[in-house]
Amino acid sequence: MRPLVPIPGPRRVLLGISFFVLFFAAWAAATFSGLVSPTFLADPVTMLMDGFTLITRFGFLGDIGITIWRVLGGFILAAIVAVPLGIAMGAYKPVEAFFEPFVSFARYLPASAFVPLLILWAGVGEVQKLLVIFIGSVFQIILMIAVTVGATRRDLVEAAVTLGAKPSGVVRRVLIPAAAPGIAEILRLVLGWAWTYVIVAELIGSSSGIGHMIIESQTLMATGQMIFGIIVIGMIGLVSDFLFKAINRVMFPWSLA
Amino acid sequence: MSKLVVEQVSRIFPGVAGGEPTRALEPTDLLVGDADFVTILGPSGCGKSTLLRIVGGLETPTTGRVLLDGRPVTGPGAERGMVFQSYTLFPWLTVADNIAFGLVEKGMPANERRSIVEEWIGQVGLKGFAHHYPKMLSGGMQQRTAIARALANEPKILLLDEPFGALDNQTRALMQELLLSVWEIHKKTVLFVTHDIEEAIFMGNRVAVMTARPGRIKSVTPVDLPHPRHYTMKTSPEFSALKAHLVEEIRAESIKVAEQVA
Ligand SMILES: Nc1ncnc2c1ncn2[C@@H]1O[C@H](COP(=O)(O)OP(=O)(O)OP(=O)(O)O)[C@@H](O)[C@H]1O
Ligand SMILES: [Mg+2]
Repeated sequence: MRPLVPIPGPRRVLLGISFFVLFFAAWAAATFSGLVSPTFLADPVTMLMDGFTLITRFGFLGDIGITIWRVLGGFILAAIVAVPLGIAMGAYKPVEAFFEPFVSFARYLPASAFVPLLILWAGVGEVQKLLVIFIGSVFQIILMIAVTVGATRRDLVEAAVTLGAKPSGVVRRVLIPAAAPGIAEILRLVLGWAWTYVIVAELIGSSSGIGHMIIESQTLMATGQMIFGIIVIGMIGLVSDFLFKAINRVMFPWSLA
Repeated sequence: MSKLVVEQVSRIFPGVAGGEPTRALEPTDLLVGDADFVTILGPSGCGKSTLLRIVGGLETPTTGRVLLDGRPVTGPGAERGMVFQSYTLFPWLTVADNIAFGLVEKGMPANERRSIVEEWIGQVGLKGFAHHYPKMLSGGMQQRTAIARALANEPKILLLDEPFGALDNQTRALMQELLLSVWEIHKKTVLFVTHDIEEAIFMGNRVAVMTARPGRIKSVTPVDLPHPRHYTMKTSPEFSALKAHLVEEIRAESIKVAEQVA
């Protein structure tokens, strides 16, 4: 192995898959051998069977759908607010000076700690779930985008102004396109975090969703179901990440080439 | 009346973190006529880029002023096109869209833009590369695009800051001939910064030599070589005589720099 030397595609995929195989093998060994009691950790087969029961008998697909909807809803709302504000902050220093201290502070407010308060304000309905994700994502996106836009190469801005670009043209035709791949990458990252917030929101005061199923399974000591729920979240995260990357590749061919 | 007037222009950069301020440019005068090609030659750090950036409006002079067609320069604008040493093509735009950048800003309709872009792509020898992104081009091709991008905008004056500095010798020689041939057709007013003596002579109608840091223009040497210029001219006796003269002028400055450092 030499540092930074790339490896061929098929081998990379193979290596990636082999860790999953190892992981499941270790899990199976620990549970089937009786080393770990089934009260604490179900074995992989039980997990799959529990998952099958969940989907066929308890409408778990509906829960999955609702959770995805909540994540996307809250995340898209956050992006609608945060992307323009982050760009404005990155581009215009007075705007940054006005918002940056508050946003930096708000970023450290733990979204999960808002859950009880949001239940008081918005009840236990969908609005509350969306708000948890919104609060958890919006400040992160704003700050990261502001930094990315603010770090645009100065020489590109100088080239644009010597070509006659006016201030609005610099923002529209230089800062935004230069930052676009970075912005897409930030959204991909924060969407991953949004998945942890939605589960927290569903653990308390919810009657549907993957999080709700997990907390119900706890009262039944059904570790197989709980693990299945957790794995489903991981899978959805993996798929959305994959989709995001694919879309970025199509949208920004110039940044890879 | 001169096209470009540089009048007692100087630049002092404020010290960083309470340090000494940097005198980047001593008060300097320069007159450039219409369709003139002036090369600015000087040792590293003497303030060549600073002077050019002041003319471009990217830097404000501490004293003095710059006039273009009698009007003072107050900031950057389309009338003063610039080509930088670093590659500054917009990486998200193709060669054609890079060249069209300034035309779009002017609000020119797409069909007019297309014919101008096509014309320039031909002139800088990039036929077949119109739809390539900058990352797919060599350094020389990127600088050719940058020159086309600046000229397509029809600036009153073209400012170039060591545009071929990062290129290998062969490419550099080809680019010099290319830029000269474009100049011979369009007769733009050009200010061209370099630290290469041969380049300064070969390209310029006049060579302005700067003193060591903090610099100012200490002499302007006319170059009476005929146009069109061919690279074989670099071995002619006239060229060698000019070179010998400028080597002396620059040597004095380079020795000063060496002594400053010692
Ligand atoms: N923004 C700045 N702040 C502080 N000092 C600066 C700044 N820009 C340039 N200088 C200083 O001004 C002096 C002249 O710089 P300039 O870039 O004009 O030199 P140059 O002749 O173009 O050199 P080179 O041939 O290496 O490009 C240098 O000493 C440099 O350190
Ligand atoms: Mg320089």
